[in-house]
Amino acid sequence: MAKYLASRALQALPVLLGTFTLAFVLLSVLPSDALSIKLSGSGDSALSQEEIARLRAEQGYDDPLPLQYVRQLGGLLTGDMGVSLHTGSPVVSMIGSALPHTARLAVAALLVGVTAGLVIGSLAAHARSRALRELLMSVPPLGISFPTFAVGLVLIQVVSFQWRALPSGGTDGFESLVLPALTLSLPVTATVAQIFARSLREVLDQGYIDTATAKGAGRLRLHLAHAVRNAAGPSLTATGMVIGNLLGGAVVTETVFSREGVGRLTADAVTRQDLPVVQGVVLLSALVFVVVNLLVDLTYPLLDRRVTLTEATR
Amino acid sequence: MSAASPGRGVTVAPGPADGAADTGPLLSIEDLRVTYRVRGGTREAVRGVSLEVHAGQTVAVVGESGSGKSTTAHAVNGMLAPGARVTGGRITYAGQDVAALSRAGLRRLRGAEIGLVPQDPGASLNPTARVGDQIAEALVIHRIASRRDAAGHALRLLAEVGIDRPELRARQFPHELSGGMRQRVLIAIAIAAGPRLLIADEPTSALDATVSRRVLDHLAGLSAEHGIALLLITHDLAMAAERADRIVVLREGQVVEQGDARELITSPRRGYTRDLLADTPSLRSGRLIPARERRDEGEPLLKVRGLVKTFGRAGSADAVRAVDDVGFDVGRGRTVAVLGESGSGKSTTARILLGLEHPDAGSVLLDGTELTTLGAAGLRQARRRLQIVQQNPYTSLDPRFTVRRVVAEPLRAHKIGTPRERDARVEEMLDAVALPSDLADRRPRELSGGQRQRVAIARALVLRPEIVVCDEPVSALDVTVQAQILDLLTRLQRELGVSYVFISHDLAVVRQIADEVLVMRHGAVLEHGSAEAVFAEPSHPYTRDLLAAVADPFHQPRAEHPDAADRETAR
Repeated sequence: MAKYLASRALQALPVLLGTFTLAFVLLSVLPSDALSIKLSGSGDSALSQEEIARLRAEQGYDDPLPLQYVRQLGGLLTGDMGVSLHTGSPVVSMIGSALPHTARLAVAALLVGVTAGLVIGSLAAHARSRALRELLMSVPPLGISFPTFAVGLVLIQVVSFQWRALPSGGTDGFESLVLPALTLSLPVTATVAQIFARSLREVLDQGYIDTATAKGAGRLRLHLAHAVRNAAGPSLTATGMVIGNLLGGAVVTETVFSREGVGRLTADAVTRQDLPVVQGVVLLSALVFVVVNLLVDLTYPLLDRRVTLTEATR
Repeated sequence: MSAASPGRGVTVAPGPADGAADTGPLLSIEDLRVTYRVRGGTREAVRGVSLEVHAGQTVAVVGESGSGKSTTAHAVNGMLAPGARVTGGRITYAGQDVAALSRAGLRRLRGAEIGLVPQDPGASLNPTARVGDQIAEALVIHRIASRRDAAGHALRLLAEVGIDRPELRARQFPHELSGGMRQRVLIAIAIAAGPRLLIADEPTSALDATVSRRVLDHLAGLSAEHGIALLLITHDLAMAAERADRIVVLREGQVVEQGDARELITSPRRGYTRDLLADTPSLRSGRLIPARERRDEGEPLLKVRGLVKTFGRAGSADAVRAVDDVGFDVGRGRTVAVLGESGSGKSTTARILLGLEHPDAGSVLLDGTELTTLGAAGLRQARRRLQIVQQNPYTSLDPRFTVRRVVAEPLRAHKIGTPRERDARVEEMLDAVALPSDLADRRPRELSGGQRQRVAIARALVLRPEIVVCDEPVSALDVTVQAQILDLLTRLQRELGVSYVFISHDLAVVRQIADEVLVMRHGAVLEHGSAEAVFAEPSHPYTRDLLAAVADPFHQPRAEHPDAADRETAR
């Protein structure tokens, strides 16, 4: 187990390094660099060309790119991702303070989304009437195709402004969490429902379901004791991928509901071309992907004993 | 009908069937009709089937695929596929009309009264649940035991179905057991709640011959011991004859003939039953080709020497020697059969011959050319002379190709002939395998299993190879179709002079077609000789086991038999 974890951690390193390198390359081919953005952003045009040139040389912007790359990488290894061009505070602490809000939102959205997805998927797979089954199965594609911001705006309009039931925005308290979590959970529900229904339908055709039926098992027992566990695998994998996408969803959701969080931070950083912050967020999302995938792979053998961790390492 | 039945068929019921004579049959199916919904209409799969099973009796329902035998069985405990519906007739179990039962009533019937031993032990156990729990579940469902007591019962049941170390096995998952053990677990599940009737749907078709024999023996023993009646669904008339008191022969959803097992086998009344008997490999007497002396013709076509193949890391504990020093010769126009059960290394040997697998050691000489060291281009050339017919005609043909294209593919791959010449060659091959030319533009899914295997044979022979490796070419087919394909293979050998390496687990099939036989187990060749010699005087005990495992209905252990007065005519 320890050996497996170590090998997986080793596998994660190139992924993170690759992400960092790619982000560095993309940002360095942009026509402007961090300093000129900062100078133009401050509206301070009093600096003469010589002064700008001196600043550039001082802060290392004239150094060859490989040297800049190594310097940034060194900083990253010591936990230093530079400072925001906009606020001047360290990127690490900015992400650190935004992350708990987004984590809370993501966990809430995930709980709601996975639960709703499993329930809808189960109902769809077991529905005896063809019409009901097709109705239930048409919900997930609808959920995926409906844009998140539109759902958010409708919810704000109806629940907050017309019913005055819940706040339309803000970061504090449980109440402010409900609407954004619902909004963010929609694509999760849709994905999980669709995949779970499909794997359930496959599992329900398997011989061991017939064996259980021949024992005299009722539908609930068939579902809970035999079908769910065997059908869970693909949904688990899909959930892992969805978690990675939640960060992207948070950009929209947090903006619409004016919540603090990594998503808002990202949106602001992009509009202000705050390159160090953008780079930090990119690295964070890569890290989340790697960790979540590892968790998914660790969960698989618990679901199905035929899957072993050593197989996954090979 | 139940009012009329006492006094009839009673004497047939052996065993401890208490009061069977008074209560009539345990199961009675009268004029059953089952219809499937298919695209653009309905199809009647069962068309007026009637049969009875008395307490303690074993009744075999025999038929080929599509005969409605499985559908009939599934109707008994209300487990028809979603698209199927009973459209006529009655099924009465112990005086109850099964069709009239509620969902809950059906659930009480299943397991507690009617147990099911399913067909495929590989797919019929829940892969994510422990074996013991799956047996105990049957007891918990019917409230025969509490969850805790059920675990103990499960251990006893495992022991009863002949599984050693039940405490260990109960905690294992299905994939940790062998196929035979899984089938025993399924039998334990089926008898757990004490049913009076077992439906066994092709219970051994996925098992090796020797394993299958032991499982059937055990099933017969248990049913005799507990007085459980057995409704045995099978395609194998020889097995039915050996195991059943009565046989019902089905064809296209109708009963062709039914009656006392021995009588039906020894004096069948219907032509179809006679055909079925004639086509059943183990009952098929003699060989399809006359015994041929090994002619002294100089160098053999194929020389195989000292093949070794190990899977897994060499030297580690889990390394398996799949092929261990295998060697043989194949002469021109002759058939060498490689006989073995699953895991014997016969398929790996075939894959090495075809260049699909590299041996660790040994050589394969085709007419003087070493195949094992050939590069991609050389192997491609060699494959013009060495072709394959695979086991499963349902997956070995590209579903998007027409028959014509499937057969022409090797010609195109080797750039042989102009399009017109290829067309002519394809026609010629289709003609040779007796496929009507109007099938040439169909796709594989529109063909029957036998037709598909004919296409596969045409594809293998279109390059005019000198040798064809046939990997279990008939084991996925019904017996009548099997017989046709075997006849076809022997005819083509006579006409084209092609040699066969015939890989098979089925001794009865091998006996009909082989000149020489290799018996393999655990990767090693146990016995090698001419077919007559090996089968007449097997030198290795394993070969004798294999021979004994072929169903032999004329040497029934059962001595006692009902008097001639009890004679039921076929409907």
